[in-house]
Amino acid sequence: MGKILMKGNEAIALAAIKGGVDAFYGYPITPQNEVPEYLSKHMIENGKVFVQAESEVASINMVYGAAGAGVRVMTSSSSPGIALMQEGISYIAGAELPCVIVSVMRGGPGLGNIQPAQGDYYQATRGGGNGDYNLIVYAPESIQETIDVMKSAFDTADYYRNPVMVLVDGLIGQMMEAVDFDRPVEKRDLSLKDWATNGKKNHPGKRNIANSLHLGAEILEDHNKNLKKKYDRIKENEVKYEMINMDNPDYTIVAYGTMARVCRSAIKQLKKKGIEVGMIRPIALWPYPKKAFDEIPSTCKGIMCVEMSMGQMLDDVQISNRGRFDVAFYGRYAGVVPEPEEIVDAIENFEEWRVE
Amino acid sequence: MKVKYKKTKGLTDKPLSYCPGCTHGIAHKLVGETLEELDMLDDAIGIASVGCSVFAYQFFNCDMQQAPHGRACAEATGIKRVLPDNTVFTYQGDGDLASIGIAETIHAANRGENITVIFINNAIYGMTGGQMAPTTLIGQKTTTSQSGRDAKSQGYPIHISEMLSTIEGSAYIERVSLHDPKHVIKAKKAIKKAFTYQKEKRGFTLIEVLSSCPVNWGMKPIDALKWVEENMVEQYPLGVYKDKEANNG
Ligand SMILES: Cc1ncc(C[n+]2csc(CCOP(=O)(O)OP(=O)(O)O)c2C)c(N)n1
Ligand code: SF4
Repeated sequence: MGKILMKGNEAIALAAIKGGVDAFYGYPITPQNEVPEYLSKHMIENGKVFVQAESEVASINMVYGAAGAGVRVMTSSSSPGIALMQEGISYIAGAELPCVIVSVMRGGPGLGNIQPAQGDYYQATRGGGNGDYNLIVYAPESIQETIDVMKSAFDTADYYRNPVMVLVDGLIGQMMEAVDFDRPVEKRDLSLKDWATNGKKNHPGKRNIANSLHLGAEILEDHNKNLKKKYDRIKENEVKYEMINMDNPDYTIVAYGTMARVCRSAIKQLKKKGIEVGMIRPIALWPYPKKAFDEIPSTCKGIMCVEMSMGQMLDDVQISNRGRFDVAFYGRYAGVVPEPEEIVDAIENFEEWRVE
Repeated sequence: MKVKYKKTKGLTDKPLSYCPGCTHGIAHKLVGETLEELDMLDDAIGIASVGCSVFAYQFFNCDMQQAPHGRACAEATGIKRVLPDNTVFTYQGDGDLASIGIAETIHAANRGENITVIFINNAIYGMTGGQMAPTTLIGQKTTTSQSGRDAKSQGYPIHISEMLSTIEGSAYIERVSLHDPKHVIKAKKAIKKAFTYQKEKRGFTLIEVLSSCPVNWGMKPIDALKWVEENMVEQYPLGVYKDKEANNG
């Protein structure tokens, strides 16, 4: 195919098709509408399933149904819509069903605005659904990386029987880049979905049930223990991050997604001024790359977490830092994307942005 | 020895969790028999909802999913769209379907989803201990309408079958009752018709089943059946509300 120019949201949709998506259920919301629009045409043309649901509540439960039936299924939404899906996400995680959820973040809280933001870090990594559960969350920084992540997301979801969230912001969704859909991505050894509720004739001799109800404290505790074992395996194997200019940095930036891109420019500008700044860029937000922080050289003067939020990933930065370095935070939010110069200035005045 | 009666293969051997005298059990038997008779047990996927029938996934002898409160019709849509040749049904109470899940129900009907909904109307929230449902009769005492449901502040009993009959995508809608053997036989016929229509891919089918909740109504099982006959049937007239074949040829 070679490189083609494509808008982020449409690239997400095409990458999902390349990743083998069988069914899409969703509800319109800006800034992700091009995802369902693209899929509505191409899924139906290819004999796949596309349903515009009556709400995000319905969408995620349609996803639950289809995931249980054993097909590759996804939905896509933005902040307030993802908020509505939390109940269903918790049920899907509890029932250990695989699916992919695309979240294109906008400004909040409430209806907020439709500008790019990163205020849903907690929503993605902590979840608003009830109970102890985790999503595998990827936060790519470019359209190309989003494509690569999308293409393998269904494999990852199937492999762990767990929902995978691809978290981007409105900027990635709306901008255009030259991208390549044929880059190889990791393939996993997947077992047959012999647990799928697709009719007993497909698995003679047993009845399959998709369920998250386990009355009896010890029975549910056992289920939770099994989930925890899975989450521990994910933490062991699925940490994904990039280290940039981390040989001997004066300061270390931690940023993800669009924010990391802006920080790359800031790092270049700082270099010209003689200040060496490195960056830890988490590609997976959950599991979080805690171990990357151990690689920060002890000569580093401090860690600067930069987000398009009031400081949510900052919690994970502080946990991972374990008090080794001074930590500062710089953020713009509610739809404002910081300029590289602001970050240059923040690094130069590190003390001013220090947090306890 | 001639076998006159035996338990349907449509139900598992798991003892039902319902209170003595509750008609949920009869409704289960009718659905189980239907699945067996129409040879659907090997391809069916049922959805248990949230209510007293939450354990339906243990009782129906086919693949099952357990849905969040009110979302059964969305889940059924999700399954049916990817497995259009399988039988897909939901089993939902009136709190689940007519209150928290009314949007999912109406839109599944409106899209003409080719599924069958078994809707148990017992005019109360059974599982949570007898609170008012949207189907509670005017004047009926519940734990959240202690001096009787007052239409002025608590609205009116909701008529699901009548509402859904106005929707183009509905193929078959009938309201039946389980208050005596004659009506149980009629209910069975209706349920069988709904599943047959699904097999013929005619669209959305729903059977509203007037049912008793002796425990939360504070009645003996026999009196509860009488109450269904004398009060519920009057508020919720029985009969066929939509038959696409009959209406639209
Ligand atoms: C989101 C959510 N809200 C509330 C509940 C609590 N709840 C469990 S069952 C139920 C009502 C069920 O009543 P109905 O559907 O009439 O079924 P019945 O028990 O009468 O058979 C409620 C409110 C829940 N499980 N989930
Ligand atoms: S509470 Fe009512 S509806 Fe529930 S099982 Fe008991 S009698 Fe039946």
